[in-house]
Amino acid sequence: MKITFDWLKDHLDTKLKEDKLLEQLTNVGLEVESVANLSAGLDLFKVAKILKTEKHPNADRLKVCDVDIGEKVIKKVVCGASNARAGLFTIYAPPGAVVPKSKVKLVVAKIRDVTSYGMLCSESELNLSDESEGIIELSSKKYEKSVGKSYFLKSDSNLIDISITPNRPDCLGVRGIARDLAASGFGKIKNLKEKKIKSNIKQTIKIKITKEKNQACSSFGSCLITNVKNTESPKWLKDKLVSIGQKPISAIVDVTNYVMLDNNRPLHAYDADKIEKGIVVRNSKFGEEFTALDNKNYKLDDGMCVISDNKGVLGLGGIIGGIRSSTELDTKNILLESAYFEPRSIRSTSKKLNLDTDAKFRFERGIDPLSIEDGLNKAALLIKEICGGEISKIDIQRIEKEKIKTIKFDIDLFEKITGFKISTKEIFKILENLGFKIKKEKKYLKLSVPTWRPDISQEIDIVEELVRITGYDKIKIIDPIKERTKSTLTQSQKLFHFLQRAIASKGYLEAITWSFTDSNYNDHFKDKNKEIKIINPISSDLGVLRNSIFSNLIMHMNKNLDRGFKDLSIFEIGPIFTGLNPGEQNTVVCGLSAGKKSRLSWVEKERNVDVFDVKRDVVQTLVEAGYNSDKFFIDSETPNYYHPGKSGRLFLNRGKDQIAAYFGEIHPNILKKIDIKTETLVGFEIFVDNLKIPKKALKDQKTKFEVSDYQKSERDFAFIVNKEIKAQDLINAVSSVDKKLISNIRVFDVYEGENIPENQKSIAINVTIQSSEKTLNDNDLENINNSIIKTVENKTGAKIRS
Amino acid sequence: MSDIKNIHNDYSAKLNNNLSLEEINQIKTELFGKNGLISSQFKNIGSIPETDRKKFASDLNQIKDELQNLIANKVNSIESKKINEKLEKEKIDVTLPERSFVRGKIHPVSQTIDEISSIFSEIGFSVEEGPDVENEYNNFTALNTPDNHPARDMHDTFYLDDNKEILLRTHTSPVQIRTMLKDNPPFKIIAPGRTYRSDSDQTHAPMFHQVEGLHIDKDINMGHLKGCLNYFIKEFFEVEKIKMRFRPSHFPFTEPSAEVDIGYEIKDGKIIIGEGDQWLEILGCGMVHPNVLKNVKVDPSKYQGYAFGIGIDRLAMLKYGINDLRAFFDCDYRWLNHFGFDPLDVPTNYRGLSR
Repeated sequence: MKITFDWLKDHLDTKLKEDKLLEQLTNVGLEVESVANLSAGLDLFKVAKILKTEKHPNADRLKVCDVDIGEKVIKKVVCGASNARAGLFTIYAPPGAVVPKSKVKLVVAKIRDVTSYGMLCSESELNLSDESEGIIELSSKKYEKSVGKSYFLKSDSNLIDISITPNRPDCLGVRGIARDLAASGFGKIKNLKEKKIKSNIKQTIKIKITKEKNQACSSFGSCLITNVKNTESPKWLKDKLVSIGQKPISAIVDVTNYVMLDNNRPLHAYDADKIEKGIVVRNSKFGEEFTALDNKNYKLDDGMCVISDNKGVLGLGGIIGGIRSSTELDTKNILLESAYFEPRSIRSTSKKLNLDTDAKFRFERGIDPLSIEDGLNKAALLIKEICGGEISKIDIQRIEKEKIKTIKFDIDLFEKITGFKISTKEIFKILENLGFKIKKEKKYLKLSVPTWRPDISQEIDIVEELVRITGYDKIKIIDPIKERTKSTLTQSQKLFHFLQRAIASKGYLEAITWSFTDSNYNDHFKDKNKEIKIINPISSDLGVLRNSIFSNLIMHMNKNLDRGFKDLSIFEIGPIFTGLNPGEQNTVVCGLSAGKKSRLSWVEKERNVDVFDVKRDVVQTLVEAGYNSDKFFIDSETPNYYHPGKSGRLFLNRGKDQIAAYFGEIHPNILKKIDIKTETLVGFEIFVDNLKIPKKALKDQKTKFEVSDYQKSERDFAFIVNKEIKAQDLINAVSSVDKKLISNIRVFDVYEGENIPENQKSIAINVTIQSSEKTLNDNDLENINNSIIKTVENKTGAKIRS
Repeated sequence: MSDIKNIHNDYSAKLNNNLSLEEINQIKTELFGKNGLISSQFKNIGSIPETDRKKFASDLNQIKDELQNLIANKVNSIESKKINEKLEKEKIDVTLPERSFVRGKIHPVSQTIDEISSIFSEIGFSVEEGPDVENEYNNFTALNTPDNHPARDMHDTFYLDDNKEILLRTHTSPVQIRTMLKDNPPFKIIAPGRTYRSDSDQTHAPMFHQVEGLHIDKDINMGHLKGCLNYFIKEFFEVEKIKMRFRPSHFPFTEPSAEVDIGYEIKDGKIIIGEGDQWLEILGCGMVHPNVLKNVKVDPSKYQGYAFGIGIDRLAMLKYGINDLRAFFDCDYRWLNHFGFDPLDVPTNYRGLSR
């Protein structure tokens, strides 16, 4: 909502300065968004008289004008307007002036070899109207003595832009804003003694509001103004509109706009001669059409509130009028409408038709139903004053009577909510200034709510009014008590934060990417999930919710590789989506690692990052988080975006109930399609929601400290096994021999090739054997050795290598 | 007697020479081997006349000790000489680079969430969460924003179905609804998380982070709200004093509602929080609307309290001097490295939020 201090003073008696006022607007909840001086620089635009015109020597359409701007020197100005002629009074802009419409700063310029000192202006260039044909023609009578003077009145009034919250339609009119300021003690609201129409003429156009279900129009006021001569608005009105950045159009339109801006009372003017046999306000029927003032054709649904005549739809009530009945400069008889439309209906109709107008904005927030008559009086009389004509009596059709809302207000509620007290006297003063009628009853106040406040319906609304006007600075600070009765994080939240930092500590940079992604990328990683589309995405490449974090991460990995980085690791912890419904999401830690380890190192041999790097990161992280790696079970069933031979799936135990993680190389086909340039790309996903929270708290996990000091011995074994046999199988076989005695097993060599039969491989393991009861003798060890060999051979088909 | 003296003299002299370790070992065997000169003397003790025996034994022991010491010293000196010679050769260029290491970082938003949780933990808030995909009821209707209410225009919403019943939550406030439906009052929670709105420009991202706060009890009023936020802002920006302004505003789910500005000034191109006469809007808050309480079956005549919503990304930008919101989600390696935090920098109360 844009206002000026000057306009505000039409309604507010105040001696306060503008800066005080700006502060107070914000203090009562009318947030000042910006303050700008619109008239700055406009004083440069001067009334001028063309003394002589000559054809431009090098251009047929241009003229060179001698212009009197009230100075000794006559200015030469090149002008293309066909109406530029000797004797014309017009507006001159000197070099240095900024043209309001184009914001271009004028300079002395040569136009086809003739130097032009400034410019003669059209109305459109000065934002006075849309008229761009020719330069402004000022009446010689009025401006004869003004040559050299500024055309625009000098105004110190700034343009104040206020952000009006959707609950305050009353402040979409200047008077509403003035009322709030007055209530807060910043001046007095002026009691405007508005004139009323005195007429004996009947309003002859019959208006009917149909009584039907969901009729959105409850009252429709109108009056007829006949024999008008629509014209340009007078200067005061134009200035007023221009002062808040609106463009004057014609007197009738300007007057309706003025009344709307002044008191939030939208009006509509029809060309009365174009209305066929009276007006019916009714619900539309499916398929009805009309062309609106925005020159667009709208096809209507059932149940939209339309203003219609015998021929069909004239306009959408409270939203937009139609071309067929619009007023023009030659309109002679007008019907002025001032009505009430129900906000919900306005909103649903405009949403369906995707229509946004100033009237709609106001009606959907709620217009004062009792402003119908005032609006007609004010507008009709102004139109008559400017355009002449005769005004009819006001006709108001109502299908229901306006109810005044009442609220029982318990004064104690104020202190209960705000924590401080104000006097009953103060309460009365504030509420009365805001327009409430108060009746004091025994324990409470009975309040009648002003009709311009649709937002107020219950006690808490009254508390808000009172505290807002009193000032939020009166609320006392009550310091919080430092006391904790419940733990801040749940076990699973703690796990989330632990995993996040555990992965970061392995050298991964944490990224946060959108929860949505490009469906082309998502397709690579969605596995068996179904695609979840966003109906109204911000752009087509952010059109689906991500089924995997990889889609975004790999995209960003690629961008970083393109930036010239070669060896990088990034991760994200966040949601992936498995279905459309709330809660169908999982938390995943997803990481990617590209390039080499020890690239260009003088001390270490460089190598590509590989599956066992990410496997270590996953396993170490899980171990750090409290899971026992002895129980982990790993197989190679992974989704199709992993390299089928170089990826694994990890379970926390052999029960294989829920997948804890995947790790592996990203499928080479995807790398090819995405055109990612790196030596290798490996990744992992840890499914946080699948990790069972350890039942024991950290303090309970520390069991009795037991170690063995008896001699331990190590034995090496090399087995030849079929290629499909997994190291995990071998290890499991060995550890099954004697869990008490075998304390550690390491794989220290895997070998295929020379000396090993085809389709077989050699796995060498080192086994640590230690008893907690005695030092094992040669015999004991020999027994275990034999038992290890036998078990492994039986369980895996391996042969010990001799 | 003279025998052992001679042995002593002979070998003392021998051990004075420049000897190799092998030579010393040879001497050791000659003296203390099974049939070594000294060892044999010990065997002789029995044959010494009783009168001399005591002295002989004592002399022999003394000589044994002396010779052993001599040998030990000799061995030591040879070994240390050897080590010294080795050290002489073992000089490396320690200015050569160390073995490479990689350093991971925590995203500033994650760090900020941890900071926020740590501060609110101190005054008794616990952390709640809710899903990113919400139904229209939790996101709007239950929060006193019925369909066809213009306040819905304040949120540009991403929808997932044609009926506009399923959406990406536009704020963290639906967690209020979920929390209150699940439990009984009192409630004292914060809910940080991702939020989504379909606008995108230099200062808006289609996804951003909010933290919701909710405190409902029997007598919680606007003074508590002010106190809580005042405490939070001071702790978060790690300043002694904060200039804070509450101004009336409107949110459908709170009444009275307020927006909170903090004072700041720009000094040498850096923003200083808590001083100056410029105002910066940082959060919205208010007393939970009775309609909202009714919607979650909490009796507004018995319980009341406040709620607030803070933009986390914005807070992070202010605290850590980050200019561009879009960069948060751009994943530029250089940016993540520059603005990220070491994973060991866990914000805590006793160590302070930040180093």
